[in-house]
Amino acid sequence: MPQSRSSTPPPDSTPDIVTPGIVHGEEHAASPEGTAPAPPPPAPDSEAGVLARAQAGDHHAFAQLYSLHKRRIYSLCLRMVGNVAEAEDLAQEAFLQLHRKIATFRGDSAFSTWLHRLAINVVLMHLRRKGLSLISLDEAMEPTPEEGPGRSFGAPDLTLAGSIDRLALQRAIDDLPAGYRLIFVLHDIEGYEHNEIAAMLDCSIGNSKSQLHKARLKLRDTLRTFPRQEGRR
Amino acid sequence: MTTPSDPKNMTCQEFQALLPELIGTGKDINQHPHIQNCELCRALLADLEAIAQAARDLFPIEEPPEELWSKLDSAIKQEESSEPPAAETAG
Repeated sequence: MPQSRSSTPPPDSTPDIVTPGIVHGEEHAASPEGTAPAPPPPAPDSEAGVLARAQAGDHHAFAQLYSLHKRRIYSLCLRMVGNVAEAEDLAQEAFLQLHRKIATFRGDSAFSTWLHRLAINVVLMHLRRKGLSLISLDEAMEPTPEEGPGRSFGAPDLTLAGSIDRLALQRAIDDLPAGYRLIFVLHDIEGYEHNEIAAMLDCSIGNSKSQLHKARLKLRDTLRTFPRQEGRR
Repeated sequence: MTTPSDPKNMTCQEFQALLPELIGTGKDINQHPHIQNCELCRALLADLEAIAQAARDLFPIEEPPEELWSKLDSAIKQEESSEPPAAETAG
């Protein structure tokens, strides 16, 4: 049962707070008698303390967690779907699921990692409901024989290195087909490894590598046709 | 069954077909014999590496709209008001 209510979130907490201390009891050595002492309760104002209160049903603490993680989760959703309205809905759904499941968090990983995965699952379920199929997208994007791998070739004077415009890259990422954008965002922006992506997306590691490569090739094609002067104004 | 080409004598097509796997290994592909001898594939690889680096440097933190919290808060309250009293869970 919620312990307190607040319809407005508290002032933003410091966004740089990290959550290494949330793994319950992990850093406490066993006592000389061989029995592990009970870990001391977290400081109420620490993130671990806020998390513990939110897990106990304190709505104000949940609002504090929301403030701490809203940017990261919203940004993740936005990058994955490339659409502001969808990203808002998905971020809301992710936090709603967090509210439902927060009591089940046991500290096997950092809370931020756990929440991140929860949000990714929310987005993936959404994309699957929309009919996203990585395999079909992959096949649809295969180059025709006349395009062939050679289409990737570029005259050396058109090389991008050192001249990638941030705005152009963001636009190009937003314009990627959903399956490509998903893997590119997870790997190149969020830093997941191929084996983690394969497990998340239920595809092979080879498929993940292949999709990432094709996403980068498509970005390269887009960036090479992006007017160079744009974004440099 | 076809055998992989000798890395020194690979065509660009063969090399590019291997690229996803080569990149995925995390090894320095710039040492690959084909890259050492092929300006076009070297340019391609440089571009792909530049794109990956630029993506890492994108700071993907955006502020959600203010009203997101009030929507979430309403959804939570609605959910709580419609559900029966929660049973204690073991654990």
